[in-house]
Amino acid sequence: MKFFTWLSTLDRRYIFLMMALAVIFPLLFPVKIPVRVTPESEKVYDMVDNLEPGDVLLIDMDYGPDTMAELEPMSYAIMRHAYQRGAKIVFVCLTPTGVTLVETEIRTIADEQGMVYGEDYAYLGYRPYPAAVILSMGQDVRQSFPIDYYGTPMDDLPMMRTVKNYRDFSFVISVSATSGIDYWIMYGKERYNFPLAIGVTAVMAADYYNYLNSGQIVGILGGLKGAAEYETLLGQGERAIIWMNIQSICHFLIVGFIIIGNIAYAVTSRGNRS
Amino acid sequence: MRILGVAVIVVVFLGSASFSQTIDAIDSPNDHGQSVHLSWQLPDTLSGVTGFILLRTTPARVHLDTVAAIPGHVREYVDSSEELVNGTAYIYELIANQDGGSAVIMMSSPVTPKGQWYHTGKTVILVFALVFSFLVLLMIQRARAGQELYVRPIGGIDAVDEAIGRATEMGRPILFVPGISEASEVATIAAFTILGRVAKRTAEYQTRLVVPNIYATVMIICQEVVKAAYMDAGRPDTYNENDVFYVTSEQFPFTAAVNGLMLRERPATNFYLGKFYAESLILAETGFQAGSMQIAGTDELTQIPFFVAACDYTLMGEELYAASAYLSKDPLQLGTLKAQDLAKVIIVIILLLGIILTSFGTDIVSRLLAINL
Amino acid sequence: MKKQLPVFLTFICAFILTVQYFVPHRTFEQIYEVSNIWLQIIGVFSIFLGIISLVSQHIMKIRRRNRQWQYSFITLGGLIIMVAAGLFPPLQERGAYEWLYDHVLNPISATMFSLLAFFIASAAFRAFRARSAIATILLLAAVFVMLGRVPLGDRLSHGFFPAVANWLLNVPNVAAKRAILIGVGLGEASMALRVMLGIERSYMAGD
Repeated sequence: MKFFTWLSTLDRRYIFLMMALAVIFPLLFPVKIPVRVTPESEKVYDMVDNLEPGDVLLIDMDYGPDTMAELEPMSYAIMRHAYQRGAKIVFVCLTPTGVTLVETEIRTIADEQGMVYGEDYAYLGYRPYPAAVILSMGQDVRQSFPIDYYGTPMDDLPMMRTVKNYRDFSFVISVSATSGIDYWIMYGKERYNFPLAIGVTAVMAADYYNYLNSGQIVGILGGLKGAAEYETLLGQGERAIIWMNIQSICHFLIVGFIIIGNIAYAVTSRGNRS
Repeated sequence: MRILGVAVIVVVFLGSASFSQTIDAIDSPNDHGQSVHLSWQLPDTLSGVTGFILLRTTPARVHLDTVAAIPGHVREYVDSSEELVNGTAYIYELIANQDGGSAVIMMSSPVTPKGQWYHTGKTVILVFALVFSFLVLLMIQRARAGQELYVRPIGGIDAVDEAIGRATEMGRPILFVPGISEASEVATIAAFTILGRVAKRTAEYQTRLVVPNIYATVMIICQEVVKAAYMDAGRPDTYNENDVFYVTSEQFPFTAAVNGLMLRERPATNFYLGKFYAESLILAETGFQAGSMQIAGTDELTQIPFFVAACDYTLMGEELYAASAYLSKDPLQLGTLKAQDLAKVIIVIILLLGIILTSFGTDIVSRLLAINL
Repeated sequence: MKKQLPVFLTFICAFILTVQYFVPHRTFEQIYEVSNIWLQIIGVFSIFLGIISLVSQHIMKIRRRNRQWQYSFITLGGLIIMVAAGLFPPLQERGAYEWLYDHVLNPISATMFSLLAFFIASAAFRAFRARSAIATILLLAAVFVMLGRVPLGDRLSHGFFPAVANWLLNVPNVAAKRAILIGVGLGEASMALRVMLGIERSYMAGD
């Protein structure tokens, strides 16, 4: 009984320590357990896989360093896949905290895949008021982005000469940790009717199954699991897959805490009653 | 320039020719008058079209502007150029480039882009807004006439007095965080209402109230709300402007500052009311560590589970908006609350009707309720 | 007059912007654009009041030697350094502001966010109790989704946990979210109407 009383009032620092060990050990001794792919992630993959050489897609990357761990792996996987299909990519970032981070990520994959700026990809940067930007891009991308992130006029970029608005993109993918996704659905997809897929943090993913079921979005990449599923389908990159295994251990640990906590609670409650 | 020159020559020579195919040009509906929708079909005899050049001119043919180069497989285009002038007539001409290099022209009738004064695609929204407003006015009228309007007990709001009493007995302050969003958010406005009530009580009990803010505009409003509450309670001298302060406009620095405040000041009660995001659990857990009683309320769906798990009471979604009506018991506010309930009944009826009719193979409800933004 | 004028102004602005939503004509579009610009301008001016509040509060803490007053120097120092990095031409040219943002603020923000992992563990241990039938259902749903969304859970349960997790996410979760969304939407509309009609006046510190 004393043991369960002590357990129910366990110092949370022990919990933090166990959590830290659960993260560190799998990092030092990585295990790769295969990831089962869900239909919603497969739909995103198929969308990118159906690209033809020369197709242009728009990727909106709205996240900062805080959610980078969940969203960067999926951004990397999508970019690699699109470039390998021969597609060109236009990037925007509609959150001010992620502008430089997104630029670094874009360049990392572009250099890895041997892409040329202005011909294979273009980064338009950030503009405030996402709703207004999304609406204006339906008329003309140049309304909100007359110049790109580096100050180059749009028409000086070879790939942008044939791109005017959403009609010139095969589809749009928004990888976001903000409520900008809602604007993409309301003001982008509903108004201009282009195919839209999203990549969001795991916490946000549950909110968007409504839109998936109603057909307003084509697919969802939910958190690190979504990124791991995409890497599995692509057969390239393993960062998300390894990190998912760390997350597996952590989830099991949390479930263990829940079980132990409930056992301690049940025993001490019964003891108090008697 | 070369293309323009060719176009001019071709237009001059064939200016009076009649065309078997024409471009359908219509003013784009529901816009501000700078958009024309064009569509066309090619004759069956024509093949090997590699692309189109779309030109635009006025009936007077003063200028011939190149609008766009369009891929060969496309059969429609929306001209939304900045150069279009609301109320001015335009004629469009299409040059089709074939494999052999020759050009074929199609023309449109004059079309005048006009700004519409009403967006027909939003009719459903307007109808619902008017119906809802009517319900609100109806219920307000009934409330004014003395009809008793029942509102179910909301645990989190009932616990506000208990929470303030706890802080007074323990001699520790109360922390009130009005969310991390702008004053224009409905959840933040709801937080102001509860802040006013809490501030009045803390003034009466002479308990310290600390209100950190993430936006300066919210801080200004909170200062006015708390000051007015202290004056209403007859204790303007005990109001301390430094207790309602601005911290920073960044999410996690704000969270770190509030955490530090909780661990230093050890408030007896924490209120988290408004819009919260990822920091919700960090705040709630730190508050628990500080030994505070916690009442939370947010309309942010993703954060409600964290507050439910970590706080003593949680106001979920519209319970937060109902708080002002619930606390004040003002008939006008209660009337709007009942109107919400009536609107929900109407929505449920429409949903059931839609389900039944769709099951029988007719989508009349979805078509009637379609919105085209 | 002091109370009636703000209510009247609120009604006029709300009415105009409501009408603007339904009128696509250029005139009303320009009204919306001008309103947004004014909103930004007012927001920028209000930041000065925020900074004055921040500075005066920390100076007071230092003067009174309140608990942990030494940290107030760090707060004020951070404010001065970032302002200087953004405004001083020599520092601007060297990209000091961007460097501080990328190498100081961003890692600290990421660190704060990572605290969630530890706090969710302690919250799960402390608060996920099967106190009632509803709490037990919540608990079981959380366990199934947590185990079903990771590869190890999939492997150990031979696909059972992921199947349950997917059903929970696609059926009851969607149903509940839709219901809450409808309720929240109506609540927002009701609150907006109350503010517009002057029934709700908490934002102007009035009853």
